[in-house]
Amino acid sequence: MRRLLAMLAARRGRGRLHWTDWASYLHLLLGLLVMFGPVLWLVLSSFKSEAGLIEFPPRLLPYEQARVSVQGYPQPLPVFRITAGDFKGRELAEVRRIGLQAQMLDPASPGEILRVPAQDRERVMRLHFALENYTDLAGRFSFGTYLWNSVFITVTATLITLLINSMAAFALSKYRFSGRDAIFVTILATLMIPPTIILVPNFFIASTLGLVNSPWGVIWPGVATPTGVFLLRQYMLTIPDELIDAARMDNASEWRIYWRIVLPLSAPALAVLAIFSVMWRWNEFLWPMIVLNKSETFTLQLALNSFQGELTTSWNYLLAMTVLTLLPVTAIFVLLQRYITQGIASAGVK
Amino acid sequence: MATLQLRSVVKRFHETTVIHGVDLEAREGEFVVFVGPSGCGKSTLLRMICGLEEVSAGDILIDGVRVNDVPAARRGLAMVFQSYALYPHMTVYQNLSFGLENLRLPRAEIDAKVREAARMLRLEQLLDRRPTALSGGQRQRVAIGRAIVREPRIFLFDEPLSNLDAELRVQMRAEIAQLHDRLGTNMIYVTHDQVEAMTMADKIVVLRAGRVEQVGAPLELYNAPANQFVAGFIGSPRMNFLEGRVTAADGAVAVALEGIGTIRTEASGEGLTEDAPVTLGIRPEHVALGHCGSNDATFAVAQSEQLGNATTLFFAAPNFAVQVAGQVPARRGEAMKLNLPPERCHVFDAAGKALPRRSRGSAS
Amino acid sequence: MSDAVAGRSGALARIGASLIGLVFNLAERPMALAQRVLGAPRLPWVFLTPNLVVFGIFTFLPIAIDVYYSLTGGAQLLPADRPFVGAQNFRELFECESYLDPTSCKRDLFWFGIYNTAEFVVLQVGLMVVFSLITALVLNRKIIGRSFFRAVFFYPVLLSPVVVALIWKWILQRQGLLNAALDGAGLSTVNWLLDAHWAFGWTVFVSIWAHMGFYTLILLAGLQAIPRDVYEAAEMDSASPWRVFRRITLPLLAPNLAVVVVLALIRAVQIFDEVYVLTGGGPGSATTFMVQYVFQTAFSQQVRQYGLAAAASLLLASVLFGLTLLQLRSMRSKDR
Repeated sequence: MRRLLAMLAARRGRGRLHWTDWASYLHLLLGLLVMFGPVLWLVLSSFKSEAGLIEFPPRLLPYEQARVSVQGYPQPLPVFRITAGDFKGRELAEVRRIGLQAQMLDPASPGEILRVPAQDRERVMRLHFALENYTDLAGRFSFGTYLWNSVFITVTATLITLLINSMAAFALSKYRFSGRDAIFVTILATLMIPPTIILVPNFFIASTLGLVNSPWGVIWPGVATPTGVFLLRQYMLTIPDELIDAARMDNASEWRIYWRIVLPLSAPALAVLAIFSVMWRWNEFLWPMIVLNKSETFTLQLALNSFQGELTTSWNYLLAMTVLTLLPVTAIFVLLQRYITQGIASAGVK
Repeated sequence: MATLQLRSVVKRFHETTVIHGVDLEAREGEFVVFVGPSGCGKSTLLRMICGLEEVSAGDILIDGVRVNDVPAARRGLAMVFQSYALYPHMTVYQNLSFGLENLRLPRAEIDAKVREAARMLRLEQLLDRRPTALSGGQRQRVAIGRAIVREPRIFLFDEPLSNLDAELRVQMRAEIAQLHDRLGTNMIYVTHDQVEAMTMADKIVVLRAGRVEQVGAPLELYNAPANQFVAGFIGSPRMNFLEGRVTAADGAVAVALEGIGTIRTEASGEGLTEDAPVTLGIRPEHVALGHCGSNDATFAVAQSEQLGNATTLFFAAPNFAVQVAGQVPARRGEAMKLNLPPERCHVFDAAGKALPRRSRGSAS
Repeated sequence: MSDAVAGRSGALARIGASLIGLVFNLAERPMALAQRVLGAPRLPWVFLTPNLVVFGIFTFLPIAIDVYYSLTGGAQLLPADRPFVGAQNFRELFECESYLDPTSCKRDLFWFGIYNTAEFVVLQVGLMVVFSLITALVLNRKIIGRSFFRAVFFYPVLLSPVVVALIWKWILQRQGLLNAALDGAGLSTVNWLLDAHWAFGWTVFVSIWAHMGFYTLILLAGLQAIPRDVYEAAEMDSASPWRVFRRITLPLLAPNLAVVVVLALIRAVQIFDEVYVLTGGGPGSATTFMVQYVFQTAFSQQVRQYGLAAAASLLLASVLFGLTLLQLRSMRSKDR
């Protein structure tokens, strides 16, 4: 124990904790609670049954009233613990309730009906993960369609992004031609035109091209990204030109140089861009909301939004769907955290 | 085997001209070395020959055919780069086979050629390795192997040994020379190291600032440098240069050197006037110890380097070096008697051009 | 076991690689043809074309159309069907009795959007910089579990705005976790998202919660780039921690701070997604921001007023244009 404390206290070679250390740890613990607590709460809540969700005050873990199947009764009966009177301490199943009295029976001897005052008993709660919140999604909400739309858009858009941005970056980093710098500056200048300010004309263009209510309407506008071109170009500049010359001497066509030499060597930068692109596309909201109006074309984000907007929101399904939506991003984060943070720190993009 | 001709080849980058009309000819199977200080344009010239740089003016002919507009890959050349330029994401085998795959040769043929080259260069054990897992010498051999598999008409080497340590460099030098003997293919080799040039070349091309200073066999350049630059560049240690004035111009030139006296030479003074400023050059290894009665000098030793088999003596005033065989004891400040044999003296005019040697017959 | 998994994923990777190879090989012939026909010097343009076409259609062309829309009226989407109205849309947006009082304006929602956005930007960016700076300073210390805590702070950055909004909506709802905690502590509960002031405050908080990790990361990278020996020298001079912070850390971090401020500004001005899901712009217009005004005017009203929306988005664009110039400048000074 003392050793553990010493280890915890170890800092900058000095023995004792400065007040700033205490403040730091306090900050981090509070941060842990505020940053991660809500997500954890969401996940825990998503396993609660509809009844569990409206309970106030809420419980931390998904509890549900225990039920027991008794011969002669088609539905499982709720179980109560008797807190007062003759049957105090026993756990009985409720057959029906009439006013202030409840008719109950002992599951061990189901023949005998017992009368118990309703206030002399409390519900017996059991830990129960309402997995049906998840399993029901597939059948009831065409969840599969939304998932497929999201996956299709994310994967296709990312592949196209990688392809055309790396082609442009290759041209801008490995060739000398007049107009190159002007093109590069022009591409960087598109940073000044964020999608939010060209929503109206883009909707017109999408509808002219017949892309409204099509996943391609979401995919195309975002596949050429200034950040992607910039990131890849900077990386490709570090590939020695002699390699390109060598490949040229090796009879490789320019296209072959691009995909057999430059692309494989740019793999780290491509990976960073791929991660970014997946995040962008999976999380995209405003533009898809404009261009996708039919519910069968919705992405997960749109489906979530439209569910939560409904008057009678089924929170148990909404929460489960939310958890499923954040799952892929979380998986990517856990697996690739280092690359993401390094990519952001080095490129300053998101 | 092929022939290579350059006809007043010029290279300009924007406004600056880096190659000023180079003419050159390489016969079949010749080992040609371009040598010169860095920035002399030798690498640019090489890259123009192989097609990686465009030719601004003039013609390049391979086997008599103008190739100015033929893309690099179609010229039938292969290049070994200074950094080796091995594809880091491919194994040694893939590095060797990449060029053949691009030619769409059948698999079996590619395999046979790769294995043959690997055998020749002792790379068989390394075929599955990536370049990062190889030593410098091994990388060098892979780079050469990549050139060999393509069976080029001409091999081009761009300072291929400059990234190796001294010992490996000597070894690889020998290997490349052996390879040339075995294949008999033309090789064009760029280096800034005159030792490499001297040891490997059939023909050396000395370049300076985009111009050819002299072309010739190694010993030709050593024995009869065309100008002061070549004289100073070829040979190690460097040739001594002493400024002086012509005292006799008819027949053999004699040069008056301040503080030393008059030195007779065997250079022809045709066209020279008396008292014209000239530079006398003599290689350190050609200076003899002791006095002979004429062409003598006495300098004070500033420093000596004992190499065991030879001794190099350095003198401060004038700036002069002498290399003699064997071990010569010398103390700093000791006066050393020297003799400058006339037949070993080179004379350069004010423009740096070497004066021709008088033919033996006309000697008086 | 793990070998088998590795073997299987290796095989998968190989299949994927050969599939990609197949695709690229297919492109080989047309590209080789292009190289032969156009010549190598013009080939870079072939590589640039797809990107430039997409940029042209979905970025540059729209800017021009945006200007046209802003100068035309009517509810038609097709530009040819739209009557030219000159600066009418802009005039309408600016038609106010008093610019200090949004309710006196003809397009009051636009002015609510402007005021709300301005207030949001100031609050959110200010607090964001302070919080992320503190967090970065803490994470830069020698603490146990540093990479874990860094991950914790960064994680929300990756969540989608919709998910972020739903997470907090679930906590802030009338019977949510927060009210339960207040109730447990004997305090009165609040209907957080239905009270104008609280709702606005929560949009600020939630957007900071979601994006703070990103800025923390940039600042942390800046902090880690400060050489250790500078601090050691300061320690030798027995400078107090506060003085070290003021005189060493802050000046050396200034370029990164500038990048953070400008990036945060650019993003805050465009706030929409998470707020839209969290509050829908309400209660009333308490959390309606500029982008939402554009969105509603163009896409979610009975009469689609594209011209008005385009005019508003051009005004937004001019603000962003200035901020982006600042961004490029701050990035350049950071590189220096």
